[in-house]
Parts: sequence; structure tokens; C-alpha cells
Amino acid sequence: MAVLTTSNLTLSYGKKPIIDELNLQIPKGKITVFIGSNGCGKSTLLRSMARLLQPKTGHVLLNGKDIAKRSTKQVAKELAILPQGPAAPEGLTVLQLVKQGRFPYQSWLQQWSAEDEKAVMNALRATNLLSFMETPVDSLSGGQRQRAWIAMTLAQGTDTILLDEPTTYLDMTHQVEILDLLFELNEKEQRTIVMVLHDLNLACRYAHHIVAIQDKTVYAQGAPEEIMNEQLVEDVFQMPSTVIPDPVFGTPMCIPYGKGRVVRHVNTPQYA
Amino acid sequence: MRKYWVLQRKSFSYLIDKKTTLAIMVLSIASIAAMLISIGVGDMYIAPWDVFTALIGTGLDINELIITEFRLPRVLVAFIAGASLALSGAILQGVIRNPLASPDMIGITGGAGFAAVGFLTMFSDDSNNLLLSINYLPIFAFAGATVVAFLIYALAWKNGVTPIRLILIGIGLMALFQALTTLMMLIGPIYRASQATVWLTGTVYGTSWKEVKAMLPWFLGMLPILILLVRRLNIQGFGDDLAMGAGIAVHRERFMLLMACTALAGSAVAFAGAIGFVGLIGPHIARRITGSSFGGLFPASALIGGIMVVLADLAGRTVFSPLEVPAGVFTAAIGAPYFIYLLFKNQ
Repeated sequence: MAVLTTSNLTLSYGKKPIIDELNLQIPKGKITVFIGSNGCGKSTLLRSMARLLQPKTGHVLLNGKDIAKRSTKQVAKELAILPQGPAAPEGLTVLQLVKQGRFPYQSWLQQWSAEDEKAVMNALRATNLLSFMETPVDSLSGGQRQRAWIAMTLAQGTDTILLDEPTTYLDMTHQVEILDLLFELNEKEQRTIVMVLHDLNLACRYAHHIVAIQDKTVYAQGAPEEIMNEQLVEDVFQMPSTVIPDPVFGTPMCIPYGKGRVVRHVNTPQYA
Repeated sequence: MRKYWVLQRKSFSYLIDKKTTLAIMVLSIASIAAMLISIGVGDMYIAPWDVFTALIGTGLDINELIITEFRLPRVLVAFIAGASLALSGAILQGVIRNPLASPDMIGITGGAGFAAVGFLTMFSDDSNNLLLSINYLPIFAFAGATVVAFLIYALAWKNGVTPIRLILIGIGLMALFQALTTLMMLIGPIYRASQATVWLTGTVYGTSWKEVKAMLPWFLGMLPILILLVRRLNIQGFGDDLAMGAGIAVHRERFMLLMACTALAGSAVAFAGAIGFVGLIGPHIARRITGSSFGGLFPASALIGGIMVVLADLAGRTVFSPLEVPAGVFTAAIGAPYFIYLLFKNQ
């Protein structure tokens, strides 16, 4: 079952096409990760799937219906997107931020219904931010701030959540923390998660489904352990590498080549 | 949730911030106090309490005459103009997502100024008589503001309007209209130029109930629209992508917001002249008190803007008495030090 489908989707900024005639299906209830080199169009594709960018031609279908033909407020109840590097107005508190996720359910008479309250509290609990409710967003650490934004998208109460590079600018600990949070949301509540990630190894560890984008279209897609290999990394990132199973998780792990200090060669005949 | 009152009924539900509510109550009392004092001060001093009794109809007849005929309309116009300008600035700062935005900065006030000065110079004859009644001046000023707002929007349009284009085009138009205004004043009669200077500074001198009657319904009519805009502005503050993701038609809403901003600034400028600084600083001060959420920011901005212009007018009437200085001279003189103080205090 596909929750999001693109049919003959062509995207462009100006005249230059970025995604060309793409037919792609995002599986329901799974974590899907888009990978690809800088500027390959993975963020653009994600944005168009959330109706933030009008397709040049073709369609995006959400649960079988054309996303462009539906009311944007209705779509907001089924799909939430967290763009790259969001910024909150000065002094806004965590509660004020997360509360905004309820926008599609509210009217000017109904601004804090029991359901709103429940959804916001659950989102704050899931992201471990209950004790930071009254803290201004701009005084949080990077990891907490990103959790606050994720809490806002959670409060939106959608089955599908799109995230554009949710771990960028975070240190290792906070990257894992954010991905664990998303992984749990998927495990416990079967939410469909689609995101763009730059770290291949973390992508392979957390994703059920990987979509590698190259040359305006999908180069390969599938379970990481099935599609991830040296050839893919070479073709998608123009980077020679060795792909081995992660010694701890068993998921594919990619070691890129390049210059740098070599202390000892282990199992890298093609490089030596 | 200790900091909030939760109202949840079948037909309505709100989350009300206690601190913000308290701040707005204090500001309301301060507004009334400022108006009472301002009404009392003049050639004949009337104590605030006597002003109050006169207003509710139990005071001296002579006080009542002075107050209701001469002083009250002036103070009301000052307050409404200040409140409108501050609200207009608050909307614009939200739309452009930049705390430096204000209606005087993107040329809306400049358009009104050009139209008003154009009116004064084009319609006066060789002996300095106006060919059209001065009563038409507000209409010209308002039209000037509206035309510029449409112009900004049209020129900034490129598959939708982004905040950065809006502000850059706005600044360009502001410079253009300022230049045209200066040109108009230089080629027009000198007598009109000095009259225009007073208007461009902003003054509530000589206002009567006629102005109040023209402004008040307009202002009150905008209030329900502002209530509708609160939620939308809150979410637009997160940027276009997040706002669209939450279900907002960003570009259509931006046009509506720009129009609301123009309607407020245009009416204020039409009757009280191009009072500067209130649209910039009013919402800034309000933000320091109530935070960035527009539910609290709107009422607080309106009250602070109102107080600023009432006090500026009071200062203008008394500091260099018997000479009257336009209120616009003092809005910055009062607002700027207070603003700097707030920035220091909150560091």
C-alpha cells in the first residue's frame, strides 16, 4: 500500500528540470529515507510531495487523491512537513510553538479544545519536552529545539510526517536521539515517515526503505540491505567506498575513500 | 498549565495567558489615565477627577463644554491614530517576519504623504487659497496609501510574494515617494510647503468630532478582522513552508494582511498626518511585555501606540507652550528612550 504516489512528476525551478517524469511510491507505515548528493533534488521532491512546490507536470497523490485538488487544510490533517532549518519568532515559548500544529483543526471560536490539549500534551510527552513548556524556543539547545519542531508536527496529528534533514547541525548524540524518536513513533503508532538524511549509515540503520536519487530520477530503491553497495555509492555520490555490514547493527555501513591518514589497512584490497 | 486559564465549552474554547491578560489590563488603565490627564491639561487646567465627572455628566457645565467640544475629540483621534499605526506595524512585522518593518518604512505612509502634499500644492491658486475643501485631504491621503500598497504587491509578485521582495520593493517605493514629495513641496507655494511639513510630521491639532466620526467606525470595523488574523499571523511567523504545511494559503493571506495593514495605517495618516515611529516601536514595546504571540501582541500594541500619541500630543501642547509642536515630533522623543530602556532591562 502506498500512502504517497507521484505520477509522471516533473519539478523545476525556472526552466531547468530537477525531477523528470518520476513515478514513485512511498510505502505506508514505513520509514522511507531519500538519499542523494547535494542539489540532486531530494529536498525539492519532498517539498512537492507536501504541496509546498507546484509540479511543472504530473501529480502527487496522497492516499489516492490528487494533493493539489484538495483543500490545503484537509491535507494538513493527513500530512505534516517539517522543513529544513525552521525558525521561531523571538521569545515564543515551546507551548506556543507546539500549539500551532493544531491550526488545521481550529477556528476562531475553537482555539483550545480538549482534543487540541490532548494532542499537544501527547506531542510534548513523546518529545520529552513537558518540563520545557514555558521555555522560550530560542533559549533551547539545538537538539531540544528540533524536538520542539517535531512536537509541533506531531501535534498536527497526521499519519504521514515528512522531514527535510531533521538531523542537520546536530551533534551525534542528538542525531541519534531525534532518529530514535522518529523510529519509536513509527514502531508504536505506525506513522509513515519520509525524510531526507545526509548520513548514509544512519539512513541505512533507521530506514525500512531507501530511495536513492540521481540524475533527476530514482536510481534505486528498496531495503537498505538489498540496494546499498559500492556501485550505488559510486554512481549516486561519485565516491569510491567500501560497504560492509555495521558490526553492531548489521545494517549496511559505508566507508568513503579519500585522502587522510592511514594507520593500518584492513580488508581494503581495492584501495591498497 | 498554571500560567493559563483554560476555557473549554461546546461552542468555544480558548487558552488564555494570565500574565498577558494582566499586562493588557494594566495597559488599558494606563491608556485611560493618559487620556484623562491629556484632556485636563491645557489653557485651563482641569483635574483628572473633574474630567472624569464631566465625562459621565455629573461635573461642571463649563468643564463639560471644554472637554466634550474641544479636548475629547482631539485625544480620541490621537489615541485611535496611535493604536491604528501600532497595529499596522504589528501586522507588517508579522508578514515580513522582520521586527524592523513598519508602514512608514515600506512606503505606505510615504504614498499617503505624497498624495496629501500633492493635494495641498495642486489645488491651491496663486493667492494660496485651496480650490477644494480641506475636508478632501484625508481621502487623498488614504487613496495614496492604498495605491502604494497595491503597487508594492504588484511589483513584488513573482509566482507569489515573498517577504524579502515585499520589503525591498517597499523601501524602493518609499524613497521614490519621498523624493516626489520633496519635489512637490519645492515647486509648490511656500505657504503650502510649511503646511505640508506640519502634516508630514503628524499632528492632531484642530480635530473635532467630525474626524472621530470618520475614524472610529473604520477602526472598530477592523477589530473583528484582526481577531481573525491572529492565528494566521502566528503561524506565518514560522515561515512559508511551515505555514503552508499547516494548511494556510500563504500568498492569498499575505495580500489580505497587507490590505489590513494599509487600511489601518491609511486611516490614521489620513486624519492625524504621517506620525512616524509609532508603527515601528509600538509593537516592539508590546512584544517585550507580552511575547510574540499575536493574541496578546495586538491589544498590547494598540494600547501602547495609543498612549504614545496621546502623550506626544500632550507634550506638543505643553512643553513649548504657547507654541504648539506637532505630536509627530514627540512620538520618537518619548518612544525611543523608553524602548532603549526596555532593551537594557531585558538583556
